[in-house]
Amino acid sequence: MDANEFIKNFAAQFDDTDASEFTLETRFRELDEWSSLNALAILNMISKKYSVVLKPEEMKPTNTVQELFDLVQSKLN
Amino acid sequence: MNPFSLVGKTILVTGASSGIGRAIAICCSQMGANLVITGRNETRLLETFLLLEGTEHQQICANLTNSSELEKLIECLPKLDGIVNNAGIAKPLVLQLTEQKDVDEIMQINALVPINLTRLVLQNKKLNKGASLVFISSINGNNCAYIGSSIYAASKSALTGFMKAVALELAPRGIRANCINPGMIETNLLKSGSIGEDELEKDRLKYPLKRYGKPVEVANAAVYLLSDATQWVTGSNLLIDGGYTLQ
Repeated sequence: MDANEFIKNFAAQFDDTDASEFTLETRFRELDEWSSLNALAILNMISKKYSVVLKPEEMKPTNTVQELFDLVQSKLN
Repeated sequence: MNPFSLVGKTILVTGASSGIGRAIAICCSQMGANLVITGRNETRLLETFLLLEGTEHQQICANLTNSSELEKLIECLPKLDGIVNNAGIAKPLVLQLTEQKDVDEIMQINALVPINLTRLVLQNKKLNKGASLVFISSINGNNCAYIGSSIYAASKSALTGFMKAVALELAPRGIRANCINPGMIETNLLKSGSIGEDELEKDRLKYPLKRYGKPVEVANAAVYLLSDATQWVTGSNLLIDGGYTLQ
């Protein structure tokens, strides 16, 4: 699983935050535009692009893109 | 005489292998109906079949999205006094990530199957005079909407529009058509789905009656609409949502 591609896919679920602002360190819950719609879109993206079905409660403890990336990675192994 | 009795009536229930459909089939059998039940999962359909009261029932395992299986089902059907179009699917999906195949799948199962089933039973003269057609719609798409449910909402309001015109067209033969619009119902689909228990508990509290509905509560409404108690009820949407859409 490629981290840069994951960041790109992650960033695509946001409208107001420029894609270039996203890194593995980004604390996505602190973004101005963060909402439950982004959360659902990210779960959908992970299911479509990585065939990993996460429950919202599994995603809940993650705060950075890195943490979410690691979670998806762990499900793929 | 119990006005809600279904004695002597033959009722088809789709999606009877689990959840709301199973509860409807059982409830109808307890009220004296002869059932034809259909579903995709053979094992779970048999489980429902074994739970039915009485002996004059039939089970037909079929995937109704497959037109040849749908036509085969129609051929096997006896004359019907009622149909409960219950089979349906839901998956939370934002529009931005919805693909054509998602649109096709949801619209097919939730809207096109009930539409084509109704069309085919009519064309093959499988409906008795005075029959009752019940469509399990949803509050979603009719009374409210949720994020991640655009196609589901479209499919359920399509059913509602279809029901209204059918109610008008078939009224001269005393055939009635109605929708039931449930809020969230506790089913295995919900438990095994993509929503966590925490989220579900929070959502349950958004209902004035502080819980989701039970499958039998939708089944009771179906019995009501199938029975002679509602001979003057057609074209209606029966809301069963614990008060959710009052707010």
